[in-house]
Amino acid sequence: MSPTFEELAVGQEIGTRSIDVTRQDLVKYAGASGDFNPIHWNEAFATSVELPGVIAHGMFTMGAAVQLVSDWAGDPAAVVDYQTRFTKPVLVTDTTGTDEAGAVIDVTGVVGALDAEARTARIDLTVVAGGQKVLMKSQAVVKVS
Amino acid sequence: MSINPDLQGRSYPAAEVYDVGREKIREFAQAVKATNPAHFDVDAAKALGHSDLVAPPTFAIIVAQRADAQLVQDPESGIDFSRVVHADQRFTHHRAIVAGDRLVAELHVDGVRAMGGGAMITTRSEISTEAGEKVATTTSSILVRGEGQ
Repeated sequence: MSPTFEELAVGQEIGTRSIDVTRQDLVKYAGASGDFNPIHWNEAFATSVELPGVIAHGMFTMGAAVQLVSDWAGDPAAVVDYQTRFTKPVLVTDTTGTDEAGAVIDVTGVVGALDAEARTARIDLTVVAGGQKVLMKSQAVVKVS
Repeated sequence: MSINPDLQGRSYPAAEVYDVGREKIREFAQAVKATNPAHFDVDAAKALGHSDLVAPPTFAIIVAQRADAQLVQDPESGIDFSRVVHADQRFTHHRAIVAGDRLVAELHVDGVRAMGGGAMITTRSEISTEAGEKVATTTSSILVRGEGQ
């Protein structure tokens, strides 16, 4: 069910989501996006440039986090504006050959602002991995019927 | 080599056309763990009023990063790609991107700011159809780390 503008209130939670991430997910994202920076798939390269290990593409985290909003809105095209700052890297450990996730990203969405004239809701996302907020000012503006 | 401060205000005209294909939308949607049927099933997209499969909200990054590559690969820019960190990103959609779109991007360098031994560079891609219809505006800041940063 898509939300209607009148039933929304600032501060209301739209839902939560937990996203398991593996090294294979990063390889898939590299291929799909065309971003083949080896810090996202090669441990030796990542540590050679002073990273703690392989990290997720910021754009993977941004793209996966907004799925909570797309699904809540019903139509992905209702997300008319989406922004974020990348504050901390998401470290993805190598769990190849096991059922374990290499990282878990937890997303919570809250109605941050409502614009009655435009009939839009701003959804503020809290995105946490490894006990740290990895995105800041992560905001999606959604057209609501 | 350091960042060329004269980059600010520079723009790069639209280069090659990006053809938005159904399978690319499906592949990208899977890669960001999207499950909305409007990305996968043409009938589901049409039921929402779209002409074809709808791209996920961050799909335009593919087109924007191709435009950014013109700047990063410009020998005059002084940008060492191995020292680039993505600092922030924004997408403003003027309309949804759908399969069958033929997109072009014009790149603008809106800001160059020295930070320590490195620089923060803000770029904007104006994405439109080949015919000139505005589709999306993306802005992106990258931090080029200086030595020891």
